[in-house]
Amino acid sequence: MIHASLKELAAALAGKKISSVELTSLHLERIVRLNPQLNAFITVDPEKSLAMARAADARLARGEGGPLTGIPLAHKDIFCAEGWLTTCGSKMLSNFVSPYDATVIERFKAAGTVTLGKTNMDEFAMGSSNETSFYGPVKNPWDTAAVPGGSSGGSAAAVAARLAPAATGTDTGGSIRQPAALCGLTGLKPTYGVVSRWGMIAFASSLDQAGPMARSAEDCALLLNAMAGFDPRDSTSLERPAEDYAGDLEKPLAGLKIGLPKEFFAEGLSAEVAQAVEAAIAEYRRLGAVTVEVSLPNMKLSVPAYYVIAPAEASSNLSRFDGVRYGHRAPQYGDLADMYCKSRAQGFGAEVKRRILIGTYVLSHGYYDAYYLQAQRIRRLIATDFSQAFKSCDLIMGPTSPTAAFALGAKAADPVQMYLSDIYTIAVNLAGLPGMSIPCGFGAGKRPVGLQIIGDYFAESRMLNAAHQYQRATDWHARAPEL
Amino acid sequence: MSLSLDQVRRIAELSRIELAPGEAERSREQLNGIFGLIEAMQAVDTAGVAPMAHARDLAQRLREDRVSETDRHADFQKVAPEAEAGLYLVPKVIE
Repeated sequence: MIHASLKELAAALAGKKISSVELTSLHLERIVRLNPQLNAFITVDPEKSLAMARAADARLARGEGGPLTGIPLAHKDIFCAEGWLTTCGSKMLSNFVSPYDATVIERFKAAGTVTLGKTNMDEFAMGSSNETSFYGPVKNPWDTAAVPGGSSGGSAAAVAARLAPAATGTDTGGSIRQPAALCGLTGLKPTYGVVSRWGMIAFASSLDQAGPMARSAEDCALLLNAMAGFDPRDSTSLERPAEDYAGDLEKPLAGLKIGLPKEFFAEGLSAEVAQAVEAAIAEYRRLGAVTVEVSLPNMKLSVPAYYVIAPAEASSNLSRFDGVRYGHRAPQYGDLADMYCKSRAQGFGAEVKRRILIGTYVLSHGYYDAYYLQAQRIRRLIATDFSQAFKSCDLIMGPTSPTAAFALGAKAADPVQMYLSDIYTIAVNLAGLPGMSIPCGFGAGKRPVGLQIIGDYFAESRMLNAAHQYQRATDWHARAPEL
Repeated sequence: MSLSLDQVRRIAELSRIELAPGEAERSREQLNGIFGLIEAMQAVDTAGVAPMAHARDLAQRLREDRVSETDRHADFQKVAPEAEAGLYLVPKVIE
């Protein structure tokens, strides 16, 4: 049952082969047993989870269940969930019990899913290894000496270790795709604006986007069906007709044009990742796709531009944490300014402070044009590169991450090395495009490798179709770590 | 480009983050590493390129000016470090 797909779980629930209470208990027991070695969850509340499961069972008994009713999910601790501790991986919010639900949580509740718990993450989603969390690092279930990736590292580890059938994540510069790659999962970052950001603790608002993390493209499609949709409370939410993201899964791939950016296969890509990605592309050719070389000439500028834009937006977003309305307040302080300075110094970790300082600097008088405006111009160049590339292909493919999972502590002391691990994912956020990662092999020591699939705006169904067809022909996505 | 210690202290002050003894020195080194990375942008000629602030060019929606939320004052203040009589308490600002 722990390896079953969401569709199989839904069928088992509908056919009374298992109840939601049983399914939830099964996963809660695994969390009790395995979470101590993985640290994937920050908060588990069995009583709350089981109450949701009982309600789902009652709904199923009334014959009112939907495709996800009764299925337990883990949620990244960036989503506000009413009555749940919602920390965003930070000491700043270590006492914050959310008084309301994020739209994503609300939509999953409406679908009848069960919340299994809140997953660990890099503090305020700033990190690529889950090592910046106030709650300690998450271990990669494939190799507990390795990082799970970040920032949605807890969600990735939980799903890979079968502590949850699926999970939510968020992706500002690769935070769904990179941990999905490093933990052998399928993760999708939708087009910016497809999933509501309301109630999702903001990092860089023009880049943040939530999406599903699961074991297969089919599971991701079912989850995205529940997550996506217009929300008037998010001013950047897109008003579009509802789409069935599972509708195109079975389409054959004959004639699909895959663009391979030459910049993705250049210096910096590890041999084991290159080998696995090339084998996956060969499989796509066998499935009837054709490949063409494309170019994203400004891609190398995506990391520099991102480390101006994201910190600039973060410094502004995180100014709300002032120890007045919620979150940590220093126990001792003098005047109001001293209260702000001490509360923030104590509440934020080193990486968050670094990004606030960078953001404050690049937005400050005299530096705004040289840094912030220049970064926004480069952002335009990067988005234009993609629109040029999509003139000659349907989807773009390449590696998700330049290496398989690295060792815990290997990059923790060197922010620049850490930032460069997102070299293939960041450009997608800057352009606002959808991107996903699917498992396509292993490197040394059974550390998974991810294939990145990038689509044009609103190409989610096509990407999921391509991923699903690959997963019908291969079994990388079905492999599970031994724990 | 390289930040001076005074600049680090100044941006920390603007950011309302108190620096512990020795923290300005440590931060400066790491920030300069990051600015070294960012510096690659400066060599690019972007004359005539319109800045892109957002992924999608959207016009802000307008809504009718009417009450749409219920009053949950008490719920929201329950998570405040210090609140009294519906007000947030902070150190005295005006003498």
